[in-house]
Amino acid sequence: MLRRRNPAAKLLAALLVAAALVPVLDPVTAGAVLAAVVLVLPFAGLRARPVLLLFPPLLLAAASVAVVNLLYGDAGAAAALGLGLRLAAIALPCVLAVLTSDPTETADALVQRLRVPERPALGVLAALRLVPLLAEQWRTLTLARRARGLEAGANPAAAVRLFAGKVFALLVRAVRTGTRLAAAMDARAFGTGPRTHARRSVWTAADTALVAGTAAVLAGAHGLSLWLGTWRLLFA
Amino acid sequence: MSPTGPRGARVRAAGWGWRHAGREAWALRGVDLEIAPGERVLLLGPSGAGKSTLLQALAGLAGPEAAVTGQSEGELLVDGAPPGRGRGAAALVGQDPQAQLVMARTGDDVAFGPENLGLAREEIAPRVCEALAAVGFPYGPERPTAALSGGEQQRLALAGALAMRPRLLLLDEPTANLDPDGAALVRGVVAGLAASSGATMVLVEHRVADAVGLVDRVVVLEPGGGVAADGPPDRVFAEHGADLAARGVWVPGREPRAPRGGGSPGEVLVEACGLRALEPRAPGGPARGRRAVLDGVDAVVRSAAVTALTGANGAGKSTLLALLGGLARPDGGRVRPAGALAAADGRDLGRWPARRLARHVGTVFQQAEDQFVTGTVRDELEFAPLRAGAPPRRAAARAEELMGRLRLDGLEGAHPFTLSGGEKRRLSVATALSSDPEHAPDVLLLDEPTFGQDAVTWAEVVELLDGLRARGRAVVAATHDERLLDGFTDTRLRLGSDG
Repeated sequence: MLRRRNPAAKLLAALLVAAALVPVLDPVTAGAVLAAVVLVLPFAGLRARPVLLLFPPLLLAAASVAVVNLLYGDAGAAAALGLGLRLAAIALPCVLAVLTSDPTETADALVQRLRVPERPALGVLAALRLVPLLAEQWRTLTLARRARGLEAGANPAAAVRLFAGKVFALLVRAVRTGTRLAAAMDARAFGTGPRTHARRSVWTAADTALVAGTAAVLAGAHGLSLWLGTWRLLFA
Repeated sequence: MSPTGPRGARVRAAGWGWRHAGREAWALRGVDLEIAPGERVLLLGPSGAGKSTLLQALAGLAGPEAAVTGQSEGELLVDGAPPGRGRGAAALVGQDPQAQLVMARTGDDVAFGPENLGLAREEIAPRVCEALAAVGFPYGPERPTAALSGGEQQRLALAGALAMRPRLLLLDEPTANLDPDGAALVRGVVAGLAASSGATMVLVEHRVADAVGLVDRVVVLEPGGGVAADGPPDRVFAEHGADLAARGVWVPGREPRAPRGGGSPGEVLVEACGLRALEPRAPGGPARGRRAVLDGVDAVVRSAAVTALTGANGAGKSTLLALLGGLARPDGGRVRPAGALAAADGRDLGRWPARRLARHVGTVFQQAEDQFVTGTVRDELEFAPLRAGAPPRRAAARAEELMGRLRLDGLEGAHPFTLSGGEKRRLSVATALSSDPEHAPDVLLLDEPTFGQDAVTWAEVVELLDGLRARGRAVVAATHDERLLDGFTDTRLRLGSDG
């Protein structure tokens, strides 16, 4: 199960995939990696909703990259297909890593395993909590404009002005909430010295296996393409 | 807390003052104060007296590179040293539950402070359990913080402070944003702490009558000055009660009273039946399967009456207010104008054009800032009349009159966001009144209009609502202010879990 792996392992694996695929153009290498990722999908423990929400735009992006390169590129049909497959093969592991990881565990893993500094990691984590709050704020601002007799109607200029006013009001509120949250973190001694961690971000043999397995799949894909004679570097 | 808990801290201020960055005037000056270990002090003063500033300074949050920037003078010591952040000396709990929780899960949030103090992992878990037990937290450590009510979140914030085992506990209006039940819960916890922990406690609280039982000493601060009064609650209120009450402090026994309701409501102006409202779509969330905030709610709004809308936090008061005010359309049922209001436009209120709506139906939001749309107080008040087609001189005259009536004169050039809490409240009410030639829409809906206001502003808002009622307007107020519900309001609309 991908959900039980350490988020740091999943992020490392996704980074490896990107690093290995960015320099190559051919459809075989990217296609082999994509096939391996798709094989992992059933074991990712994904819920249907985020998949339905995220996958169609991803496929659309990959398809449009392929089509645009086919029509206007000068690298040929194979390279166009390769570019589309490459995009999907790089993006899919990132999406998987994010969807199967809990934000808190990700922050823990980044800090404890990948030695990311505490302040940005925990700051982003705390800010994530404020997103639903901002959405609610935006709804209230919309109602409040109507209460003041402000409505764009069919006038696009008025719509832009109204939108800009709401964005400004939302920014003011966001900055204020953020400042208060930062003060609350400071009041709890955040950043006064070395921190300890109540939760341990555990790295198991399975996590090592995930990263090693990813590397093996990548090596296999490159090997396959070399053996078939289709292997083609970006600037070759 | 356990008997091995920390001893209280000693606080000493000598000629201490604070000036916020970019301000001319001193927020506090010449403060001389000595608080013995384990003492429980209630800090009082008119709004703007620097009560919160003093708490922040004691928590080590005020300084050249701290959260609150500015300049200090004199001496402020906690246990003989300038208050520094961290290392467990002081813990501060503020009033906004949303802005105090850092982590997504309850137990993680309580552990945040101990982690920052660098405690060993084995030590943190017992502290988390102990702190959650001390505030009577009803759920386990895995509970998502987003699923908690305001009162529960505030108790969690207290637990987060206690887990650091502070020697100085600073509470800045910890119950200000809570409904009566939530406030009572938090007060109970604070009272229990007073009995069991040896920590020194400094409390700022608007609802003085509720807080007096928790403290053994009252300190009154003077805006821009030092300590105006200091002593046991009885003595301070006997000697300074009248003066404090006149300056807006809620002194027990000297609270302003609301006039009795008229008792003869007029015709029906708004009629709502079978209202259903679903919770808003989460960003990227599904349109189906959402919980119903309101279901099968009927309501009427009558002229010449104040209708109170009550119910616990989360019962859907604000949602119903938005529907009755025509700001949103219900997911089921209808909100129809009736009587004189139907003469203006017979369609459902949610279909009215915004301009017409603002003229006949005014809404005052809980957070006044949400409804400010211009850059100065004067523009804010002239906005509605000018849009309604009034000549500039008439609009100016109307703004002038409203500023005088709501004590906003002298502030006409100020940006609405820079006003004090009471001024913002008065301005938001004034803008809702400015739209109609007769200085009031037919229906005025207000979300918690008296919430967190000082006694003087409270009395002014109540008087204003009473005046509107006398002139035949319909007033609807979502409120859990017992002082309003006790006789001032004419009818009550109660939202509960039973619908």
